[in-house]
Amino acid sequence: MRRVVVTGLGLVTPLGSDVETTWANILAGKSGAGPITRFDASDQKCRIACEVKPADHEYGFDASKRVDHKIQRQVDPFIVFGIDAAGQAIEDAGLVDMDDATRLMAGCSIGSGIGGLPGIESESLVLHEKGPGRVSPHFVHGRLINLISGQVSIKYGLMGPNHAVVTACSTGAHSIGDAARMIKDGDANIMLAGGAEATICPIGIAGFAQARALSTNFNDEPAKASRPYDQARDGFVMGEGAGVVVLEEYEHAKARGAKIYCEVIGYGLSGDAYHVTAPHPEGSGAYRSMAMALKKAGLEPRDIDYINAHGTSTPLGDELELGAVRRLFGDAIDDVSMSSTKSAIGHLLGGAGAVESIFCILAMRDQIVPPTLNLDNPSEGCAGVDLVPHTAKKRDVRAVLNNSFGFGGTNASLVMRQID
Amino acid sequence: MSDTADRVKKIVVEHLGVEADKVTEEASFIDDLGADSLDIVELVMAFEEEFGVEIPDDAAEKISTVSDAIKYIEENKG
Repeated sequence: MRRVVVTGLGLVTPLGSDVETTWANILAGKSGAGPITRFDASDQKCRIACEVKPADHEYGFDASKRVDHKIQRQVDPFIVFGIDAAGQAIEDAGLVDMDDATRLMAGCSIGSGIGGLPGIESESLVLHEKGPGRVSPHFVHGRLINLISGQVSIKYGLMGPNHAVVTACSTGAHSIGDAARMIKDGDANIMLAGGAEATICPIGIAGFAQARALSTNFNDEPAKASRPYDQARDGFVMGEGAGVVVLEEYEHAKARGAKIYCEVIGYGLSGDAYHVTAPHPEGSGAYRSMAMALKKAGLEPRDIDYINAHGTSTPLGDELELGAVRRLFGDAIDDVSMSSTKSAIGHLLGGAGAVESIFCILAMRDQIVPPTLNLDNPSEGCAGVDLVPHTAKKRDVRAVLNNSFGFGGTNASLVMRQID
Repeated sequence: MSDTADRVKKIVVEHLGVEADKVTEEASFIDDLGADSLDIVELVMAFEEEFGVEIPDDAAEKISTVSDAIKYIEENKG
């Protein structure tokens, strides 16, 4: 059987434009939240977000590092973030110079939940105000969700599968799971897999706020707004950025002496078949997704040391997920640590599952689990579970579970384990 | 160098992300400056915007160098 390992990581987040800076800030308990600066949000119900910081910031993002000036102008920011994160992952994996035979068996599965919303919004205004003759010739391919994979494939000459998942907030996890299967099936030896999002624009914030999904009670205290499991939570804080991993067939990685982070051993996916935005009231979809991932991994709940929760800080979702974990884990819940890093970087939507998988991988590398910030007064249903409040915690981390759930009732779970 | 030439070159530098000294009047957008056909559509739109001229598709197709653009704009601007 072909096994799939992780050999490269790339991150662009509100807490850093690379893996190590982001991780250090996450472990230090920093928050990436602040007032929205991208546009005048004074008339919005939600006026805060976790923005990727500008290049001159202490841990800001310099798009010019890996993305051509011309492409930066033509495409939406989610594609720029995705190209950069993919570049980091390729560099980390030592795969910048691949020969033709290697590139024929190397592909991409980098998705997004929404795609180029800021560009759709602004170009719609151009159409309305100046007419069709002023719409950019790069409008369509600068906004399409599969154009991270497209751009990365062209840039690095990847001739294997060119794929992109669109499953709302489960995108990043599904992307990694699907890509791992492609490697298992022999479609590729190397896959760049992950997700990206950048929808901090007037219609993006207004749309999610109107769906009652965003936090609106903490506009004056942005760092306190994302507070999964806390009694005062009132919605998620929008984040942006990208996470991309290099997945590689185990023997292929070993043969070239690659640094191996961990093995992807389980992938579960399910549908709630219930409601477009609300999670199933018994968390049954979440339960089945996690159960399937564990079964595929051949692990028991007690083998899992850390869960990176979906935990978005919405009133309904957090406790339903926790309830599903409780039912699945039984007594094993006493020994697991479960946290939501969305408390620090907000909800990266289509990027979340990939970014959070990377945090899981780093937790295994460094034997430390990241905290859930702002967990001052846990909700009643959270009693007896280690949600890693406020500060990171050193502990054994041999196997991890990552959950992502999305609008449309789509669920994905990944199980990864240290390599033996 | 004319004011039109300066402004045309500035737009080319900004849109194509090329060094200013490469944007000579003889430079071909595609062969010398790395543009593709869609980049030229975008450049033509930027020229129309900047100079308030209308550049119809059949005229745009004949613009392949920097000097073609400068010449067309000089002859047609209001």
